[in-house]
Amino acid sequence: MKHPKHKKSPLTKSKNAAKTAALMGVLVAVAFVLSYVEMVLHFSVGIPGVKLGLCHIVTLFALYRIGPKAAIFTCFVRIGLNAWLFGNAMILAYSAAGAILSLAVMLLLYRLPLFSPVGVSLAGGISHNVGQILCAAIMMETAGLVWYLPILLVSGCLSGVLVGLISGWLLRRFEHRHIL
Amino acid sequence: MTAPNTDRKLKKNDIILLAVVLGVAAVLFVSIWLLAPKGEVAVVTVDGEEFGAYDLLKDQEILLPEGHKLVIENGEARMVYAPCRDQICVHHIPVSRKGETIVCLPYRVVVTVSSRYRRGFYEASEA
Repeated sequence: MKHPKHKKSPLTKSKNAAKTAALMGVLVAVAFVLSYVEMVLHFSVGIPGVKLGLCHIVTLFALYRIGPKAAIFTCFVRIGLNAWLFGNAMILAYSAAGAILSLAVMLLLYRLPLFSPVGVSLAGGISHNVGQILCAAIMMETAGLVWYLPILLVSGCLSGVLVGLISGWLLRRFEHRHIL
Repeated sequence: MTAPNTDRKLKKNDIILLAVVLGVAAVLFVSIWLLAPKGEVAVVTVDGEEFGAYDLLKDQEILLPEGHKLVIENGEARMVYAPCRDQICVHHIPVSRKGETIVCLPYRVVVTVSSRYRRGFYEASEA
């Protein structure tokens, strides 16, 4: 009789499902703490949507080190946790809209041999902000939010580059380390 | 399925992307912000429905249905109280140019500066 000792995980190529589960737990926890830290620091310039997006370090790391499925998984679990603990349905909708668009763009650019993690992260930061504006404009039925676009494009650039640089550095540190 | 990009060095494309986005942002900034004339009224919408329009030349305080407090002073509108936790609209810079917007995401309250009164809803605040 065959024992299903090593169930293959649907999230990664690893044959060890338990190890994958543990790793995903760690990644989600790190992402969650990063968003919490950001919330506590309350870095605000008086424009809604301007954020550092430190938690996307985890998304980018998961994308490059483990794979697209892991990136999607960690991102959405973090958003769900955040909305559940600190936010409301509105916040969930905005975060989800930003996340869906930015993940789609990042996954696409990640497949193409055009950009380094910094470029991918930059595109992700911008598309995240654009997605949020679109979602807010649709939900509030006002086109006036276009007013925020220039500042959100610039802030998306800055945070995207920052996140990209940190993730790149992390990826290099973990290059020869076994995590799965 | 193509192989994912494993080269982690910064590429020329990254710089080009950054330059293009910053260029677009600069063009939008000039066209939306700097070229906008001063507005005349602050239009408040709640949940996509127009709640009222208030003269920017008249100093006044307006209480909004969700508990927000909007103050108009020296031709500028700003939010001084919001019932939510993040207080982003309260920290927002005062708005005075046409098209400028203060938005409260959790309560779906939008304050937009507009150029002229529209007929019908303005009487209430005129009194």
